[in-house]
Amino acid sequence: MAKSSLDKKFDQIRKREEEKTFSTKKRSRIVNKFLNNRLAVLGLIIFTIIILASIFAPLLSPYDPMRVDLRSMRQPPSFDHWFGTDSTGRDVFTRVLFGGRVSIFIGLGSAILSAVVGIAVGCYAGYKGGWIDVIALRISEIFMSFPQIILVLLLVSITGQSLFNLMAIFILTGWGGMYRLARARMLSLREEEYVQALRSFGLSTFTICYKHMLPNALSPIMVNITLSTAMFILTEAGLSFLGLGVPLNIPTWGNILNVAQDILILQNYWWMWGPVGIVISVFVLCVNFIGDGLRDSTDPSQQG
Amino acid sequence: MKKEILKLRGVKVHFPVQAGVFNRVVGHVLAVDGVDLDIFRGEVLGLAGESGCGKTTLGKAILRLVEPTDGEVKYISQDDDETELTSLEKKDMDPFRKKLQIVFQDPHSSLNPSFTIFGSLQDPLKKFGIKSKEERRKIIGDLLEAVNMRREYMDRYPHEFSGGQRQRIGIVRALCLEPELIVCDEAVSALDVSIQAQVLKLLMQLKKEKNLTYLFITHDLSVTEYLCDRIAVMYLGRIVELCVSEDLYNNTLHPYSEALISAIPVADLDKQTKRIVLEGDVPSPVNPPKGCPFHPRCPKATDICKTEVPTLKKYSTNGNEHYASCHLIDLPEIT
Ligand SMILES: Nc1ncnc2c1ncn2[C@@H]1O[C@H](COP(=O)(O)OP(=O)(O)OP(=O)(O)O)[C@@H](O)[C@H]1O
Ligand code: SF4
Ligand SMILES: [Mg+2]
Repeated sequence: MAKSSLDKKFDQIRKREEEKTFSTKKRSRIVNKFLNNRLAVLGLIIFTIIILASIFAPLLSPYDPMRVDLRSMRQPPSFDHWFGTDSTGRDVFTRVLFGGRVSIFIGLGSAILSAVVGIAVGCYAGYKGGWIDVIALRISEIFMSFPQIILVLLLVSITGQSLFNLMAIFILTGWGGMYRLARARMLSLREEEYVQALRSFGLSTFTICYKHMLPNALSPIMVNITLSTAMFILTEAGLSFLGLGVPLNIPTWGNILNVAQDILILQNYWWMWGPVGIVISVFVLCVNFIGDGLRDSTDPSQQG
Repeated sequence: MKKEILKLRGVKVHFPVQAGVFNRVVGHVLAVDGVDLDIFRGEVLGLAGESGCGKTTLGKAILRLVEPTDGEVKYISQDDDETELTSLEKKDMDPFRKKLQIVFQDPHSSLNPSFTIFGSLQDPLKKFGIKSKEERRKIIGDLLEAVNMRREYMDRYPHEFSGGQRQRIGIVRALCLEPELIVCDEAVSALDVSIQAQVLKLLMQLKKEKNLTYLFITHDLSVTEYLCDRIAVMYLGRIVELCVSEDLYNNTLHPYSEALISAIPVADLDKQTKRIVLEGDVPSPVNPPKGCPFHPRCPKATDICKTEVPTLKKYSTNGNEHYASCHLIDLPEIT
């Protein structure tokens, strides 16, 4: 007998399998879905423009954001000064560009760092369970239930205002959300059979949870990183507006906005606070659009 | 002479049930509650029973994917060295992890969606000392061909495969370290009937080629008859009957097995026996009934069944060993 009937049957199945054209890789499917979402794409474009403009600020503007020029105080927008000048004659457009550097750095940096902390703790605790998980959960609850503003006041009065203090506070209050997200994903993933299979080979906990499981927990975390970025930028603006955020000599979007505390400026010199307010809103809106787009395109329940 | 590969003695797996704010333990799920079982080298041992009776948990306890609460799992090597697995340190378990493997039920969660087949299979190979990438690719490629798939498939992602293909990849994974015993946990239940038959044949063919031993978990007694050498029937975490396959169908001793067998659809109308319909649901494994765990549903139950727990006793049918645990068996017990 040349070939068993079993072999023949398998050959038939194989032929059918090969005729079917295989779909392209999973990654590109997510990208396609994201690109089909117009708002998300628009968000991504404006987001990129603002980031590039901030990075290449010195090329786009001939002015120094810190240089006081008393001859050109409080000038309205003109060809020389697109967004006008402020009370000490500094070019507002330049300050918005340079302020973007710091504000975006704080927002994105705090979001990514709190995600790193949250993921590192959440993955391990969620996968391992037991007392490690209980302790981590309680600690995160403590940090999350602590009002951010009081923490800021406390730290500012103890150590003084600084950019890194602010970021530290954002990370302290922000990692808990990321941790919970990562933990929840791990709790459901650890029952999956491929995880059981890896355990049946006796692979180390680190390999299993950080290498094999984490990639499957990442998409909700990515969404959360974008949304937290937006939130941190807004909080920074709010705190700096109140004079509690980044020290006033560093230009940030919040510090530029700070001048609007003066009722005189608020009423008479709209260009000192209006454009930066719009930039903040647009940027935050764009980041939220990107987050929504990411959520929709990576949602496994919506994948065909 | 038949030689054991595994000896289970009094294996228990109890899951704590927690409740309240402080997660107090309020009870235990007696998922596996005292199982004695010998598995012989080269045999196919069926493990049957209704959903929730603890089959998967027993399979996982053997591999220490869940830690047994009590009891012993002894592995006997080809040179008759006995090792008790449950008391081993994690790292001392490694040589035995190679020998004992598992194929899972659900083809959709059994492969990692973020990795190619090669990507998710190579770490175990690396861990067990296959250092060169070429060699790893060769091993996986050869095994893919052994399950009638193409070598190139190792660079594809799981979502590109059908259920039957995924299940065959699951078999490749179980085979990649050349195990001696494979726990097949309802390995074909999730597949179409026609694909089921092919995967079953494939499993049997591989068993012959590679001298494997199977613990074949199923809730479907109609499949086991043709595949298994012996069958163990489980009810509420215990084995209630254990015998050679033919005897289970022709000389059934336990009323629960009788009920399961009568539920198998028969093509031949003359052979159709009266179906024994079990009343009520499976009792909760948190509070198993006193006496014989089967008594609330047993059509033959008498007074003694409500108070006394029957033990698994040895009988003989057709000259074969036949274990069953029921008070009403009127065969001489063999000691
Ligand atoms: N990790 C766990 N924690 C608590 N209870 C569990 C756990 N795993 C299983 N159980 C319980 O143990 C009992 C036996 O479960 P098991 O999965 O072994 O049954 P099974 O015989 O494999 O059923 P099925 O045919 O549905 O797969 C069930 O009542 C189940 O709810
Ligand atoms: S011991 Fe009694 S209740 Fe249990 S199976 Fe036998 S007859 Fe039924
Ligand atoms: Mg099961």
